[in-house]
Amino acid sequence: MTVLPYLVAGWLLVVGLWGAITSRHLVHQVVCLTVVQSSTYVLLLAVGYRSGGYAPIVSSSVPPSSPFVDPIVQALALTDVVVEATVVAVLLALTVQAHKRFGTADPDRLGELSG
Amino acid sequence: MRARPRAVLAVLALAGLAALIAWAAGGLTPFGTPSGPANGVVRTLVHERHAANTVNGVTYDLRGLDTLGEELILFVAALGSAVLLRHGRGEQVDERADEEHESASARTADVLRAAGTALVGPLVVLGVYVVVHGHLSPGGGFQGGVILAAGLLLVYAAGQVVALERVEPTALVEVADATGALAYVLVAVGGLVFAAAALENFLPFGTTGNLLSAGTIPVLSVAVGVEVTGAVALILTELLDQTLLRGGE
Amino acid sequence: MTVLQVVALAAVAAGGTLVVLVRDPVRQALVASMFGLALAILFFAFQAPDVAISQIVVATVAVPVMILLALTKLRDDEERER
Repeated sequence: MTVLPYLVAGWLLVVGLWGAITSRHLVHQVVCLTVVQSSTYVLLLAVGYRSGGYAPIVSSSVPPSSPFVDPIVQALALTDVVVEATVVAVLLALTVQAHKRFGTADPDRLGELSG
Repeated sequence: MRARPRAVLAVLALAGLAALIAWAAGGLTPFGTPSGPANGVVRTLVHERHAANTVNGVTYDLRGLDTLGEELILFVAALGSAVLLRHGRGEQVDERADEEHESASARTADVLRAAGTALVGPLVVLGVYVVVHGHLSPGGGFQGGVILAAGLLLVYAAGQVVALERVEPTALVEVADATGALAYVLVAVGGLVFAAAALENFLPFGTTGNLLSAGTIPVLSVAVGVEVTGAVALILTELLDQTLLRGGE
Repeated sequence: MTVLQVVALAAVAAGGTLVVLVRDPVRQALVASMFGLALAILFFAFQAPDVAISQIVVATVAVPVMILLALTKLRDDEERER
């Protein structure tokens, strides 16, 4: 049971990759990539978690001497979430342009119809 | 490669990858016992920088250069999607746009228009609160910025396209985007000028828990909030682009 | 590990599988929104409120909206070509 989060992260990675490889629509592929990215969030937060630790916000009821979970890993995961949004935006813009150029959103048929 | 052999090969390769990951998972530190300097980092941030939200403190102070790079990623992504999507417009925009936005405000359900218009104010207030109080409670520039950009989206979804056009959002969001990015870089350079190291925390620290505390952390948080609002709103308006940008061209 | 964390991990694993198995992009955008919400609950269970707030606003609001807008543009381009 202590390796369950790592196994869930690995499962999300494998499932997302399988969905991206066998996809028939570019937008479906982009959403499968977000599943792959979410596996890194689960892994990062699972590595930094401390049993019985508090969220790393200090206040009058949670003094700095209490046990905390790791805040550095959470800062990395925060960056990761924002980068996911930007990557999805650029990929969707590319999808729209590819559809305009080739007339189809099927990744298997993108190279055939060329103008 | 054709679809069926590719699927079979993918299943085999991914099964191998899954086996490797399961083997590696057994070698990681057991869940619940991290081996990093977590408590030391929290105590440093609280005693030296007087920041209550240590994740925010790590993001904008200890790893401030990383956040500068991430903010510029957002800036460049907004720029890239504007370049990709703006070039394709221009053909038949005007006469379709007129009948589009008139029918849009007539087509939206009354409940959506009423609820959307009523919720925009509280949403903007919530976004500004989350941005400004980032160093005291969970939140910060990124979260509040996306909430504010969602407020802009709510105005469009409530069918108030006419009100949105009068505000000319393109110029405003572009200015907000650039201003936020510039402000972050200026504070970084200010660290170089005032404290002999770029991004050094050079403003007075105050006491933990006050609104004006933790030095440059709230200033950077507000700069990032403005920039994220501009960038996400710019991406959303580029994707919407049917009627909103006609006034801003 | 608390019960909430185990349940949240199971929900995340199931949600990820569902997102990949749904093939229609419009339906997949909504399933991805629910998956993002399950991930946010998992982040709250892991004592990470900042990441959870960020995940809620990004994966529940911003990303599905961008997907649906891109799909609308694809459909409009197809209709314009006919």
